[in-house]
Amino acid sequence: MTPFSSVTGPAAPLLAANVDTDVIIPIQALVGTGKDGLGEQAFARLRYRSDGTENPEFLLNQKSWRGTPILLAGENFGCGSSREGAVWALMGMGVRCVIAPSFGDIFHANCFQNGLLPVRLPMDAIRRIAALSGANGLTTVDLERGVVIAPDGEAIPFQVDPRKREALLEGLDDISLTLRHAEAIAAFRDRAQTERPWQ
Amino acid sequence: MPTMFDRIWDRHVVTTLGDGWDLLWLDRILLHDLSGGRALREVAERGLRVAEPSRVFATPDHAVSSAPGRTASTFPRGAQLLDSLRRNCAEQGVRLFDLGTRENGIVHVVAPEQGIVLPGVTLACGDSHTCTNGGVGAVAFGIGSSELTQALATNCLPQRRPGTFRIRFEGSRAPGVTAKDMILHAIGRFGAAAGTGMALEFAGSAVRAMSLEERLTLCNLSIEMGARVGMVAPDNTTFQYLAGRPFAPTGALWDRAMADWRTLPSDPDARFTRDEAIPMTEVAPQITWGTSPEQVAPITGTVPTPEQARSPAEAEAWRAALDYMGLQPGQKLEGTKVDWVFIGSCTNSRIEDLRAAAAVLAGRKRAGHVTAWVVPGSEEVKAQAEAEGLHRLFLDAGFEWREPGCALCVAANGESVPPGARAVSTSNRNFVGRQGTGARTHLASPATAARSALEGAITDPRA
Ligand code: SF4
Repeated sequence: MTPFSSVTGPAAPLLAANVDTDVIIPIQALVGTGKDGLGEQAFARLRYRSDGTENPEFLLNQKSWRGTPILLAGENFGCGSSREGAVWALMGMGVRCVIAPSFGDIFHANCFQNGLLPVRLPMDAIRRIAALSGANGLTTVDLERGVVIAPDGEAIPFQVDPRKREALLEGLDDISLTLRHAEAIAAFRDRAQTERPWQ
Repeated sequence: MPTMFDRIWDRHVVTTLGDGWDLLWLDRILLHDLSGGRALREVAERGLRVAEPSRVFATPDHAVSSAPGRTASTFPRGAQLLDSLRRNCAEQGVRLFDLGTRENGIVHVVAPEQGIVLPGVTLACGDSHTCTNGGVGAVAFGIGSSELTQALATNCLPQRRPGTFRIRFEGSRAPGVTAKDMILHAIGRFGAAAGTGMALEFAGSAVRAMSLEERLTLCNLSIEMGARVGMVAPDNTTFQYLAGRPFAPTGALWDRAMADWRTLPSDPDARFTRDEAIPMTEVAPQITWGTSPEQVAPITGTVPTPEQARSPAEAEAWRAALDYMGLQPGQKLEGTKVDWVFIGSCTNSRIEDLRAAAAVLAGRKRAGHVTAWVVPGSEEVKAQAEAEGLHRLFLDAGFEWREPGCALCVAANGESVPPGARAVSTSNRNFVGRQGTGARTHLASPATAARSALEGAITDPRA
C-alpha cells in the first residue's frame, strides 16, 4: 500500500451527491484487465464523448484541475458497487484524497486498503474550499496533523479512525496485522466448531 | 438487550482490536468471476494459502454470456476471468459451481438456494449485494478486493461494528404491492445514504408474512440505502425454506441448529440506533424515475419538478437525472414509452419472481417495439421454471428465455441496453450507464416490468 502523509493541489469541486462507483469506473473497464491503465478510464462516461475524444466540459479535463490530487465531492461519494477498481482508477489519475460529507461504506474501506485518504468535512466547509480553489488556490491535506488547509490559510480539522490513520501513515496492510492474531484465530475456530458445528 | 445483529456479531469476535474495531470470524466466503480469481491469486502471490477452503464457494455469474446455449467462451473476455477462477479454485481446493452445472447461478441467488447461507452465520463476498443473504437471518456483507484477499488468507476481517437501524413494515400489503415496492418506497423515504454505517433489520407484520424469497429481495436493496447489511429474523418460514437444501445441516445437527436459530431474533426491548415504522397503507407499487434508487415514485405518480427539491443541490441532481432519463418535470410516469424490459438479477430472478411475471403475461404478447428478456437467477431456478412451463409463457409472450447470470443488471458480459433506450428492469441500480452507456433504467417489480412489456409503456400492474 502507498503510504500517505500530506498532499497539496488545486481541489477539484465535483460536488454532486451520490456519485456512484459505476460512474467512477465503468464495469467494462474491469473485465479482463488488471489495475494498470484504469486511470485512463476513471469517470470515462463523463470524461469522454461518444467518439472517444475528451469532453472539455468535464471538470477534471479542465486545465485548472487536470491531474489534481484532491477531489471535493458531495454526499455519499462512492456509493453502490463494491468494485475496488473505483479506488484504483482514481489513484491512476493522480487522486490521493477525496473530501466529502459522507462516503459509501465499502468505497470508504477500499480507500484505506490502497492509500487513498477519504476525509469527511461538512458540506459548507467543502463549498468554502471549492469557492477558493483553482490554479492559484491550493489546498493542503495533512494527515499527520489532521487538518485541511484551505486556499485562504484556514485550517479545518478532520477526524480519521486512529487505526486507519496509523496504517496509512506507515503504508501498513491488514493481512500482516491480522496474521499476528493467528493463535486467537485458531482457538476461536476450535471453540466455534464445538459450539456450532453446522456453521 | 441485544439486537439480532449484535448477538450474531458478538458470537464472531475473535478478538477486539481497539478503537471500536473487532477481528471478525467469517463462516462463509463467496467468490464470483469478476474478482474471485484475482483474489485467490493474490493470496498465493503473498506466499499464503486459503485458510479455510471448505468455507469458500465460487460461482461465475458477472461476465458470462446469457445467450441461449452459451458456453464459457461465448463472451471471450469473461472466459479469461472464468479460466483464472477455475485454475485458482483448483489450486486452493475451493469448491466451484462451474458454468452449466446445476449449482451455478448468480452468487446471491445460489447461496440461499444451496443452503450455504444459514441463520446466525457471518458471510462476506466481493460484491455489494451480499446483503441479500441477510434475508435468512445472517450477517452478510460486501467487501472490496483487498479485503477479500485478506478474508481468504486469514478467514477473518478487521471490522468496525456498525450501528443498527430497524425498519418495521406494519400492516398488510395492498394487492399488487411486492417486496420490491416496499424497499424502493423505504429508500425513497429515507434516502440513498440513510443506512450508511448501519446494519438494517427489516421487521413488522408485513415482513413476518413474507416468503423467504421476498425477504431476500427486501434485503437485496439494503446497500441502495447505504447499508452493507440487511437482515430479517429467522422463523418457521426460514426453517422450512432451508430444510433439505444441499449444504444445510441434517438430522440431529439440524435440530441443534434450529434450536439455536430460534434464539437469534432481537429481544423485544432491544435498542436500535434508529427505529422507523412504515405503515403498509402508504406503500403502493413503485418505479424509479431518476438515476439513484432514491429517485422513486408511486407508479401512478408524476416525475417531480426540481422546485420541489429539499435543497439547491438536490434540485440540480434532479435536473441532471431528468436530462439523462429524457423525462420532463411533472410528467406522468404511466404511459412513458418503454423499449426494453429486463426480468432478472439477484433482486428479482428467483422462481416466485418468474411466476409473478409469467402470471401477468399468460396468453398475451409484448408490444411489438419492446425487446424483453428473462434471465433466471440460477440453473436451479431455470430448471424449476421449465418444469412448471413458465418458459413457454415467456416465449409465447415474445420474451427471450436466457441462461442464468447477472446479464443486463450490470452489463459486464458484453450484453447491454442500447444508448438512449428506456428499460424497465427488475434489478437494483438505475445508475448512469449501469445497463449500458446512455441506457435509461427504471427499477420496478417483476409484475410491473411484465405489464409494461405488454403495453410497451410504463404501466400500473394493477390496472
Ligand atoms: S445480479 Fe447485479 S447486483 Fe446482483 S450480483 Fe449480479 S451484478 Fe451484482
